[in-house]
Amino acid sequence: MRDSLPMKNTSATPLGAGAKRSTPSGGLQAWLPRLVLAPSVAISLFFVYGFMLWTFVLSLTSSRMLPSYDFVGFGQYSRLMANERWWVASTNLMIFGVLFVVICLAIGSLLAILLDQKIRQEGALRTIYLYPMALSFIVTGVVWKWLLNPQLGIQAMVQSWGFESFRFDWITDPDMAIYTLVIAAVWQASGFVMALFLAGLRGIDDSIVKAAQLDGASLPRIYWRVVMPCLRPVVFSAVMILAHIAIKSFDLVVALTGGGPGYATDLPATFMYAHAFTRAQIGLGSASAMLMLGGVLAILIPYLYSELRSRKHG
Amino acid sequence: MANVIRRQTPAARLFRGLLYGVLILAALFYILPLVVMLMTSVKPLSEISAGSLLSLPQNPTLTPWTKAWGEACTGMRCEGVGGYFWNSFAIVIPAVLISTTIGALNGYALTKWRFKGSELVFALMLFGCFIPFQVVLLPMAQTLGWLGISSSRAGLILVHVVFGIAFTTLFFRNFYVGIPNELVSAAKLDGAGFFRIFWRILLPVSAPIIVVSVIWQFTQIWNDFLFGVAFSAHNTQPVTVALNNLVNTSTGVREYNVDMAAAMIAALPTLVVYVLAGKYFVRGLTAGSVKG
Amino acid sequence: MATLQLHNITKRFGDTEVIKGIDLEVNDREFVVFVGPSGCGKSTLMRMIAGLESATDGDILIDGQRINDVGPADRGLAMVFQSYALYPHMTVEGNMGFSMRLAGVPKEERRAKVLEAAKILQLEPLLDRKPKALSGGQRQRVAIGRAIVRNPSIFLFDEPLSNLDAALRVQMRIELARLHDELDATMIYVTHDQIEAMTMADKIVVLHDGVVEQVGSPMALYHHPCNRFVAGFIGSPKMNFLQVTMTGVTPDGVAIRLPGGGERSVPVDGQHLAPNAALELGVRPEHLVLDEQGPLSGQIKVLERLGGQTSLYVQMDDELITIMADGDVAYRVNDTVHFGFAPERAHLFDTDGLALPSLEQHPLAGLTRQDNRAPGSPSEEPA
Repeated sequence: MRDSLPMKNTSATPLGAGAKRSTPSGGLQAWLPRLVLAPSVAISLFFVYGFMLWTFVLSLTSSRMLPSYDFVGFGQYSRLMANERWWVASTNLMIFGVLFVVICLAIGSLLAILLDQKIRQEGALRTIYLYPMALSFIVTGVVWKWLLNPQLGIQAMVQSWGFESFRFDWITDPDMAIYTLVIAAVWQASGFVMALFLAGLRGIDDSIVKAAQLDGASLPRIYWRVVMPCLRPVVFSAVMILAHIAIKSFDLVVALTGGGPGYATDLPATFMYAHAFTRAQIGLGSASAMLMLGGVLAILIPYLYSELRSRKHG
Repeated sequence: MANVIRRQTPAARLFRGLLYGVLILAALFYILPLVVMLMTSVKPLSEISAGSLLSLPQNPTLTPWTKAWGEACTGMRCEGVGGYFWNSFAIVIPAVLISTTIGALNGYALTKWRFKGSELVFALMLFGCFIPFQVVLLPMAQTLGWLGISSSRAGLILVHVVFGIAFTTLFFRNFYVGIPNELVSAAKLDGAGFFRIFWRILLPVSAPIIVVSVIWQFTQIWNDFLFGVAFSAHNTQPVTVALNNLVNTSTGVREYNVDMAAAMIAALPTLVVYVLAGKYFVRGLTAGSVKG
Repeated sequence: MATLQLHNITKRFGDTEVIKGIDLEVNDREFVVFVGPSGCGKSTLMRMIAGLESATDGDILIDGQRINDVGPADRGLAMVFQSYALYPHMTVEGNMGFSMRLAGVPKEERRAKVLEAAKILQLEPLLDRKPKALSGGQRQRVAIGRAIVRNPSIFLFDEPLSNLDAALRVQMRIELARLHDELDATMIYVTHDQIEAMTMADKIVVLHDGVVEQVGSPMALYHHPCNRFVAGFIGSPKMNFLQVTMTGVTPDGVAIRLPGGGERSVPVDGQHLAPNAALELGVRPEHLVLDEQGPLSGQIKVLERLGGQTSLYVQMDDELITIMADGDVAYRVNDTVHFGFAPERAHLFDTDGLALPSLEQHPLAGLTRQDNRAPGSPSEEPA
């Protein structure tokens, strides 16, 4: 029966048809999201964009100990270009960056593929591979400095096993010290690449692999021709992050080599810090910071461009 | 066919053996530095110069640890890293809480209350994740001076919050994009407004991403060195800066065991977090990396 | 009592106009279904009625009061979403009572109302469960329950059955129809499924590209579609269309020449047509009859035997014509069949796709779902 429905006669409904008042907070509600975001936007505008501009302005001045606004055009940039130590730092970054990215990708993808073969204790292995990423680069630097110490570290240990002629003293060799940075950085970050790849592998539709198997492809072939192409986005973002870590590398150098021997392992990040904060060359330091920003943008912009494009089409 | 992995054939067995061999070798590469660090930190100095890297400690001692904690020299002062360890906590905890809260609100507003230009706002903020911090160091130093908080914990907290919200916003935005908008529509019809929907509907289902964000921010800020070294004074330094000073203080005999103990102390909090919540740690790493 | 009126409702997102000036009347206690292909604007229209989306232009009136500026919670309506949108961290009772909790209703009163609604929907044993622990059909009922406790004057349903499997969909269709009778409320229902529209609606609103194509009872839309779009959209399998030429206009209808040379006269009004106008003939598959003397013929390409019925797909020039025939027809693929149709079951469309109006109304065209019940009989309560 229609009138058997008791809820029809509850007149005290707070939300019923009678409550058709206009919402007093209607206007405020519409503005709340913007209001909530406003502080963050302001912070971002000031502390990120404003500071970038500020640093750029400083890089056009002759500032030394303290910021001064005595403009010298692009003088600091030409000083930078003529600075041998800057060129060492930039060359080091190229060597370090390329080796770091390539080796991390190689080790990371290999470990991920091997771990993907239904391995017992996979969880434990994964934990071991990845834990260095939780450490500070300072800790990593301190540990590897100790391991690479020729008198007490790996060299001494191998020599004590009877290989008297064994030499592993890169850290004190100006030509080789940059490679010790690569070793320590790879140790810290390759497990992370493994985790990225493993997540990517697990995300691949199993039926694609099954179909390739039915087509008679061998396991290595399946990985090379079928799986890897699916992981292209993973490779892409891994390269992005690794390159980014490389350009920002500062702590590791400070802790592992201190930029030495001499300034053989200087990177732009340590160069900038040294000039801006300890050598009273604020103008020069700012110019080097701007060039670092340029380096990051050179990697970032193509990445973002392809991301946006793929999202529009995807 | 794909039976390469089956264990019956000898070739397959060899393959499996090799596989495990490589994996275990790799595990040794990653774990040995930690083992060496731990062993060295409990060896007396005499054992270090006499023995080899991998020899087990004969007379384990905790003296290096107590020394690292309370006596070792970090630059001019010889008070160990203990005080700096607490300094780090005093900086990390407020910075993590504030940046996570702001990130959560930002992510919520950006996904569930889209407005004209909200995508632009997000892109604008996202850029903060990518800049090399060298480019903000000098202006930041001057700004902190103006605000009267240079070399203070408050200054470091501000710096970490300012450059942390880009990441936390990214985390929460990506998480909330996956929460159906209809949930918010339903709550609007039920009579909830902006903050009530956040508090009653979104927040209760946000536990995983809160953990991710807190862990990410915790490790990032704990492990920071650049801001710490640039914007702190001797009494406000975080532990990473103290550790670096301790290792590079060149007075007297090099006490490698104390160095290692101090490194362990600086590493422990993030290692503990990693062991307890590794899953979320990985999720943070990948969420922070894989697109916006 | 609740009526709804839309006056010239328009919605623009940036430069794209998704709703192009819609006028509509929904009467009290009516069950109105918005139907159309995806992207036609039906969900946007519903969200504007709910207040979740603002109208760019036009007025929305409930019981004659303009409510454009009234917040969604204060419009006195409730909505059931396609994904159910149950709050995952609340129990069934918490979900259903949430709106009352926000409004500060005391706990006992809240509980009483939730129990009433739970009783109607047979949800009582599930009140302490979380949505995770419910089946699709149960979640659907909780979503409806959440709407019922608000005691709304208008219910809005946004494709509520599209996440259910076929059997459950039929069951929920019946249950919703029963609910409409019981609650005596105005209901607006959005779907892309014309079967749901035909079975539940008192009034169907066919939407296409942000425009109302036709409003009418299910039978009116079936028998008198006003244009080619509605004709093709309503009815399953789809109506067949054939190119024909007009040969003359008489008071009894329009004479046409069929492909293959046959001539027929269809009882529609063609007064305004130019001589020899090109026209399109529309006949539903169930209105084509196999007939050795029929004016149309073609070769069978596919034959689907459903038991009681057989679908024939017949090639005629470039067109594949669907015929619903008796279950026992003896034809095979590649056979040639002849067929025809009753002229009063045929439709003619001009070059703009508009239907020529029928000279005679179908006797059932005015029928609504409520008229199917015997007059005066109380709605029966299933056990």
